[in-house]
Amino acid sequence: MSGAESVGDDPAVADIDRTPVSDADVCVVGAGPAGALVADRLAADHEVVVLDAGPRFDPADRLARQERAIRPFYDRPDVWGVGGERDAHENAGERAYPLNHARVKGIGGSTLHWQGMVMRLHEDDFNSGTARGVGPDWPIDYADLRPYYAEAERELGVAGASDNPYAPPREEPHPMPPFEPSHSDSLFAEACEELEIDMHSVPNARNSEPYDGRSPCVGYGTCQPVCPSGAKYDATVHVERAEERGATVIDRASVGRLDHDDEDRVTAAVYATPDGEEHRQTADAFVVAAGGVETPRLLLLSDSDRYPDGLANGSGHVGEFFMDHLFAGAGGTLDEPTRQNHVGFYTSACDQFYDEADATQAPFKLEFFNYAGPSPVEMALSGDDWGDPLLERLRDGYGNHVAMGGLVEQLPDAESRVTLADDRTDDHGNPVPRIEWTVGDRALDTIERANEIQVEILEELGADVEWVAGPDATGPAYHHMGATRMSADPDRGVVDADCRTHDLSNCWIASSSVFPTSGAMNPTLTIAALALRVADDVDARLADA
Amino acid sequence: MELTRRDAAAALAAIGATGGVALGVRRAGDGDAARRGDDRPADEGGSGTGGLPDDEAVHETMRAVAAVVYPGAVSGVDAFVDGFLDGRLDGSSHDEGIRAAVADVEAASRSWYDAPIADLSVADRESLLRELGTATADENPDGTTAERVRYYVVNELLLALYASPTGGELVGIENPQGYAGGAESYTRGPP
Repeated sequence: MSGAESVGDDPAVADIDRTPVSDADVCVVGAGPAGALVADRLAADHEVVVLDAGPRFDPADRLARQERAIRPFYDRPDVWGVGGERDAHENAGERAYPLNHARVKGIGGSTLHWQGMVMRLHEDDFNSGTARGVGPDWPIDYADLRPYYAEAERELGVAGASDNPYAPPREEPHPMPPFEPSHSDSLFAEACEELEIDMHSVPNARNSEPYDGRSPCVGYGTCQPVCPSGAKYDATVHVERAEERGATVIDRASVGRLDHDDEDRVTAAVYATPDGEEHRQTADAFVVAAGGVETPRLLLLSDSDRYPDGLANGSGHVGEFFMDHLFAGAGGTLDEPTRQNHVGFYTSACDQFYDEADATQAPFKLEFFNYAGPSPVEMALSGDDWGDPLLERLRDGYGNHVAMGGLVEQLPDAESRVTLADDRTDDHGNPVPRIEWTVGDRALDTIERANEIQVEILEELGADVEWVAGPDATGPAYHHMGATRMSADPDRGVVDADCRTHDLSNCWIASSSVFPTSGAMNPTLTIAALALRVADDVDARLADA
Repeated sequence: MELTRRDAAAALAAIGATGGVALGVRRAGDGDAARRGDDRPADEGGSGTGGLPDDEAVHETMRAVAAVVYPGAVSGVDAFVDGFLDGRLDGSSHDEGIRAAVADVEAASRSWYDAPIADLSVADRESLLRELGTATADENPDGTTAERVRYYVVNELLLALYASPTGGELVGIENPQGYAGGAESYTRGPP
């Protein structure tokens, strides 16, 4: 395979058997990290089938996808073939939500394009109402998830250190040593020391040494959206392991609805395949792990006489409380080399202000970037110059940038929601998701607070501050959360503390869509921990049955 | 600063061809017909099957363009371009796109300057490329002639150079994006 335009995104392939598996115990909808971990965990002892709407990507294409990431002709969704009729959606909120920049459909899901940052939520994140006076408490707390966090870190392969005094308690070191701080981290460290701001390492789902048969990071520098070396964890790891243990994974199988019986049990996932056929996958248990938007959409598409507002929607909350993390950032230039864009991940952060959160200030974290400013190779491919003038432009443009980022929690709001579009349908005739994303004042005010600290650090560093991403310029971090929230009370949530739907006894949701509040930590480690916990619950209930 | 075959292999490894293998088994002009599964000889005058230029002709044109778009600070350009193309002309649709764009460049050169681009002065080669519109065009593999030449010829060469370690060092980054230069260089201060 050679060349970015040569990547095989064509629809497929008639000679693959996409018919249902007979006598399945568990049907998982979605082959992202949650679905893959559930499938892997259950496959040894149960007949497991995984259905995913997207394709199975050829690992041999990853360099060509990297070329897409670098070449200006390709937009971010082009890297993994997102978009088109299959992925159509509508925006109706006060802020546009760029859904197809925020996800990948296919085997591996959005971990194919994620950056791979894996922090645990803080203890107060599970008790926002009690500890901060806003938002609901989760029906589980940090202690419930703590062993699953440790297990998720082993499963994904996390490089990290225990030098973060603000992180929640942990019982063992990370599976791999951390990545060393960057040169620019050392510059930031001097400024932060002056300001008495603490820096510490960050956990990366990226191999700092060989792990689980995968390569250590070799520095391609395109982590987000593609890691050609496989050093960055993606969910194909667990999909492949699940298949080795006997699971069946069917790609390009778009689940359009879940059917149920009169005893409030899901009976089948009804899916369409590229040949135009419709199939029914029956199973004893169903785990919906289709991501933060497609999960509520599937429930809404599965309305019935018994569930006229959507399956598992007795509470009326399916689709409501859609959240993301808000980006806060600032950057500029120094009068010395800063050595940016060698790698595509960051190595230092600051959680010092996270637990100051209360009813008016959201939790937030700060990040010290290793990829500030332009990448020379990307710069080289645009512009009307070449030869010596181009080299001069590259030298002028690269070398002395610095930047900080940060993530800010937004509170759940019923008006921020995923519904079904009235008139627009996808390639199978199903109404597409309609997103109304709203952001409240607490988050916007906290972005300003984060900006103040970022600018203070940059100025102490001696930087000429050239940009600030504040409340007016903020955007989502592509962490879709909240739209099938967890609650012990069936009137207040879609799933219970075990992530099992209140309404249907054999249906679980493994997704960030169950988060009642979002905290400000990247969600995937929590998704993984919850997925492992879901797998244990499914296993126990199947055993009881 | 000299470009080496290591740079060519690194560029190939960065952007989608198995550079080490390709560099080991192919040389410019070798095996063109066999690689395409086609036993017809290449046409006279450097055209391969289907009217597209053969490997040798592609190499010659790309070397000529590289002399324009690469900075004067690099040497070893011809060997670098040859090594890179040995891996990039791999029978894929991208290979075909390169050949078609090269054919467009050559057609314009012969029409407007009465000679293949390799026979023109560097100044005339640059004029030709600008008259083709490639300097101001956005790259597009399915676009106009100018956009395709930008994609398959000009940016192909620039991508190869600036994703290589030597090309990166020209700018001050020895591990440029796309090059698997290890996970240590980011920790080091400036040399």
